[in-house]
Amino acid sequence: MPVSVANSQVVYDAMKGVGVRLVSALPETWLVHLIRIADDDPEMTLVRLAKEEEGVGISAGAHFAGVKSAMLMQNHGFLQAINGIVGVSLLYKIPLLMLITDRGSFGEKDPWQTEGGKYTRPVLDALHIAHDDLTAPDDVEPKLAKAMTLAQSSLSPVALLLNRDLMWEEPK
Amino acid sequence: MKRIDCLKAIYPELKDCAVVTIMGAVAAELYSLGHRANFFYLEHAMGLASSVGLGIALTQPDRKVVVIDGDGSVLMNLGGLTTMARSRPKNLVHLIFDNETLLSVGGGAPGGYKWFTTATATGSDLAGIAKAAGYPRSQLVRELEDFEEATLDAIKGDELSCIVAKVEAEMPKSFLMDIHMLENRFEFPRWLQAKGGVN
Repeated sequence: MPVSVANSQVVYDAMKGVGVRLVSALPETWLVHLIRIADDDPEMTLVRLAKEEEGVGISAGAHFAGVKSAMLMQNHGFLQAINGIVGVSLLYKIPLLMLITDRGSFGEKDPWQTEGGKYTRPVLDALHIAHDDLTAPDDVEPKLAKAMTLAQSSLSPVALLLNRDLMWEEPK
Repeated sequence: MKRIDCLKAIYPELKDCAVVTIMGAVAAELYSLGHRANFFYLEHAMGLASSVGLGIALTQPDRKVVVIDGDGSVLMNLGGLTTMARSRPKNLVHLIFDNETLLSVGGGAPGGYKWFTTATATGSDLAGIAKAAGYPRSQLVRELEDFEEATLDAIKGDELSCIVAKVEAEMPKSFLMDIHMLENRFEFPRWLQAKGGVN
């Protein structure tokens, strides 16, 4: 499976570097290594979700307890979590770091992934959620640190979109 | 059995617990007994009170967490029962008041008339669902003294517990809560994060 192990590790290290100690997730192909690394790390609490919206509540609870957290999900997971994002994170002003694999963009071969990706940025914009793309490994750590800083200072959700160029290595 | 009587019965025991409630009647009635800094009322996002409780329970394993849920909310996040069960926090007690109706979002009416019931009215068994989801302990209670005994036992105990209490679909005397959501939102984590975490 040509998901980048090295860059998954870069993302994980950056996440841990900004203090994340709880991760909630549902798998998707591009996230398999990230989730496995989280599972292997005794310092990280990994919560396996049934549906992404739950993760918004779990992250709120962790924030109340003073623990930084992140959600790992795909475009459709983000779309699924919207009610929780509005009814918990935005309504109650709670920081939320969302890492969303950006399926459905240029290069997408799976027909079923091509729709959800079109709406991720417009929906983020409609909710006034600050977001940025993670494309190159060197940008991951600084962008993730800045995203976490903004989430904590603004008490708001923020999103980082994990791009194909970062997560996928085309087989040679 | 009335919800308010159940809440009165356990109110003293909630003193040192992190308490997360759903919106509507449950929040208003708990508040009416006397607000405390360790009570968080999730006034929206039905279904996620248990998820918020899970987030607290996993990150503060030495703290007892009591989630006070309702049948309508639980039915909006049934998958959350499986997430709770597999995470299996020993320090969480999941109370579910089952009035078989979506009372607080307009499904109830004065006099306890149920015009918009939930599926528990037609036989869906939340205690059975929780048990089957993997809760190590789950029970259905219909009498006040059974509720009190089961809840106090669960709070003192050391395993994830679910108690489903069949209650009347009675409106609270008032839905008024003289605390802003954001005031509650900032007060609650201050209590949770205070040294020792006591009032």
